Amino acid sequence: MDKKLQRKFIFIAVVIVVCILGIISFPRNFQQLKENVRNRIRLGLDLKGGTHLILQVQVEDAVNITTDQTLERLRDELKAKNIPYADIRKTDSTHILLQNVAQEKSGDLEVLVRDQFPDWDLARVPGDPASRALSLKVAASGTIRNNALQQAMSTIRNRIDQLGVSEPTIAEYGQGDYEMVIQLPGVDDPTRVKDIMQSTALLELKLVQDGPYPSREAGLAARGGILPPDAELLPGPVAASSAGSTGGETWYLLNRVAAVTGRDLSSAEVSRDLNGRPSVNFTLTRDGAARFSRVTGQNVGKLLAIVLDRRVVDAPVIQSQISDRGEITGGFTPQKAQDLALVLRSGALPASIKYLSETTVGPSLGADSIRHGVMASLVGLLAVMAFMLVYYKGSGINANLALILNMVILIAALAYFGAVLTVPGIAGVILTVGMGVDSNVLIFERIREELRNGKAVGNAVVGGFEHAFVTIIDTHVTTIVSAAILFTFGTGPIRGFAVTLTIGLLANLFTSVFVSRAIFDFVLSRRQHGEALSI
Amino acid sequence: MELFHEPKIDWMGTKWYFIGASLLLLLVGMTSIAIHRGLVYGIDFRGGTLVYVKFAKAPNLDSIRTALDTQGIRNATLQRYGSPADQTVIIGLDLQATTSSGEIDIGKRAIARALASLQGTAPPDKLDFNNASPQTVAERLLAADPLHQASVGLEAVTKTYRELAEAIVSFRNSPPRSGLIADFQQLSVVPGVNAAVLSALQNDSYLSSYAIRNTQIVGPKVGGDLRRQAVYVTLAGLAAMLIYIWFRFELIYGIAAVVATFHDVLITLGFFSLLNKEITLTVIAALLTLVGYSMNDTIVVFDRIRENVRLNRRENFVDLVNRSINQTLSRTILTSGLTFLTVLALFLFGGEVIHGFSFALVVGVIVGTYSSIYIASPIVVFFQQRGGRSPVGEKPKPLARETAGARR
Repeated sequence: MDKKLQRKFIFIAVVIVVCILGIISFPRNFQQLKENVRNRIRLGLDLKGGTHLILQVQVEDAVNITTDQTLERLRDELKAKNIPYADIRKTDSTHILLQNVAQEKSGDLEVLVRDQFPDWDLARVPGDPASRALSLKVAASGTIRNNALQQAMSTIRNRIDQLGVSEPTIAEYGQGDYEMVIQLPGVDDPTRVKDIMQSTALLELKLVQDGPYPSREAGLAARGGILPPDAELLPGPVAASSAGSTGGETWYLLNRVAAVTGRDLSSAEVSRDLNGRPSVNFTLTRDGAARFSRVTGQNVGKLLAIVLDRRVVDAPVIQSQISDRGEITGGFTPQKAQDLALVLRSGALPASIKYLSETTVGPSLGADSIRHGVMASLVGLLAVMAFMLVYYKGSGINANLALILNMVILIAALAYFGAVLTVPGIAGVILTVGMGVDSNVLIFERIREELRNGKAVGNAVVGGFEHAFVTIIDTHVTTIVSAAILFTFGTGPIRGFAVTLTIGLLANLFTSVFVSRAIFDFVLSRRQHGEALSI
Repeated sequence: MELFHEPKIDWMGTKWYFIGASLLLLLVGMTSIAIHRGLVYGIDFRGGTLVYVKFAKAPNLDSIRTALDTQGIRNATLQRYGSPADQTVIIGLDLQATTSSGEIDIGKRAIARALASLQGTAPPDKLDFNNASPQTVAERLLAADPLHQASVGLEAVTKTYRELAEAIVSFRNSPPRSGLIADFQQLSVVPGVNAAVLSALQNDSYLSSYAIRNTQIVGPKVGGDLRRQAVYVTLAGLAAMLIYIWFRFELIYGIAAVVATFHDVLITLGFFSLLNKEITLTVIAALLTLVGYSMNDTIVVFDRIRENVRLNRRENFVDLVNRSINQTLSRTILTSGLTFLTVLALFLFGGEVIHGFSFALVVGVIVGTYSSIYIASPIVVFFQQRGGRSPVGEKPKPLARETAGARR
């Protein structure tokens, strides 16, 4: 065998070894071999089992919160700058209306808005010369929405990490509607995970002005029917029936502004309270601790409400000045306490989320799919190989060797790239067999034609490969272009198909042209002069 | 062995019979879609809830429906899945029932409650073993500690029970049990399971007579988005092919190829409608693959036409096209045959999940092959006959080997 051919075969041997190592690594026994294969090849959700969720971040919530906060700030600034007005209210998520601003102060108002509220535009209200409207700039609202999406994504990622799900996928999805896709392999009951992800976890500690009241109306009545601007009414825990009162929600009148919020938490842990029931202990950051100690120091003996997601969980008495830690109790099961600590640690969601789709594949279905896929692949492969042997005789062996190597390279590439194998992906492997063998057919048919036209065997082989090459490239390119389009527009399982088909066809270029040619050259070099080529 | 030894069939002469057959098939298919049965969309596109449930005994659809009724679910669809041995039923809710109250999993929860009620009263606090995940089983085993490992240290013990639970659940999920066991004794063959473990499981859990194998809930927004995407993707695929062939040959060849492929897609969709098969996302993927595959075939014939035109400019174009097809016939039939073999294997052995995909390809491969001969080539011939000149393929970017080979 001449040198060039020898080098070719050494190269092919190296490729084979690298591929086999990629698939099975260095197993010490059969059991380990199976395990290595299972670890090296990443299975998609539809084969391994797991949950796939699509959710939408309700970014308008974040815009609303910003407008609310701006309104409060504006109220304070107007008082500080001595600008009188009749009424201030929010008209929609991005607009604030100021009514009856004193005429001589309108200049000051413009300066104030320009300096202190750069994200807002001030405009006159048509038909009402004394009023002004503030509207949130489009760029600013866009930034708020995008930030809400990014922050929600990182908070959710944080929570999922803490849950210990292996290899989750969390990514943006779709075209600009603030959607996210989440894949959780191995999670076949998503209820708990969904609840944890969805929990807004807004923690606020507020001083109690008055309460508890048995109903919202009672609370309002105690203040003459109107809430003072610095207070709000929030529902609390459901009270057990006792003598003199029927059980029901209790309501508290609280300070509107919180002494401490979830942002001031530095950590949260599960623990047990004095009665041995599960509770959550939290510690505060330095700033939070300073504020907390001031508030508690000034209000010993008063009630401090612990508000979670706008509901009072507990309202213990402030026994003494507390600086940097606190405890939340409230009838938690161990699981609920754990989940609450988890959610507090990860931070609050800037906006609520809504689930748009949910798919859970049980692992037994996945196992079935694997079984079917492997069987179909083997049947397909054997059928094709048998045909090639019968139709092309000796050269059929050539084609079959190339085909087997094609499969090996494809599977090894999946392992090396960490590409995910899905149910359509297995179909892609099978299609590679069918389409890949086409290359060999093209070459062999052309060789037969050249032989029919009287060429010598050596020239016929060369001619066959040359003529067929362009068509092979053409056919592979068109299929790969289809696959590329599928990859861009498709979701997980379909991407798996596009990837396996593409890699399979690229590997096929190598095996049908380079490897098949090497084998032919080898056969020719061994052949006696005048002997016919078995094709 | 050779299937076709220098065939000399007059393809273009008989073209009208086959074009007529094509048009008939198209008409039947399109009528079915437009008037008769329409296209059945899978849940990806139409939205709704699907729950796949495997039963220990042959499921009684009537009692399932009654149980669903008591939970307020009126219009559920019940369908058997797989072979009778699978004993699996798909319970489906339409989009309206899924989204009526905002949270998309309301329907699934109601179905779960209905199934539990079918079971009878479940013992409280006990784990539903057949529907439990490895984590839950591990937690229960850890609490019960039947192997008396408590002294070893929390982390090691947790790992031991986690691995044991995974082995047990994996055994439960593999065929022939496929997610359901009828008796805890079946677990005794799992390595690591001894009598103490079995009795801990028996005390702590019960065996329900059903297992939920798969759920799919698609809200209206996602369904609508996917429908739109599917259309874009198919159009994008066809456009990309048109540009590629225009680039490699000439515009008329591109148009002919695209028309042929479009014809293939429409006929395949017609078959889906006629046989009431669902169109899911994977079916769309199959259609796109079909687009690529049909192009392959067409390109091989066009390649040969172009080569022959360059060699024999004076030859009658119709004769030339016939000759080109005859020359490539062997290869065309062989490739289609081989691809069809593999796709048939997929269709027969690939399982339910991939069924729509493989059906689309089975139909598509046959139609795609025949369309290169009887749709694409006649269009090129018509153009030539109307235009009067023989369309010479533009020289592609020179590839040294090809030009060298052409000069025999």
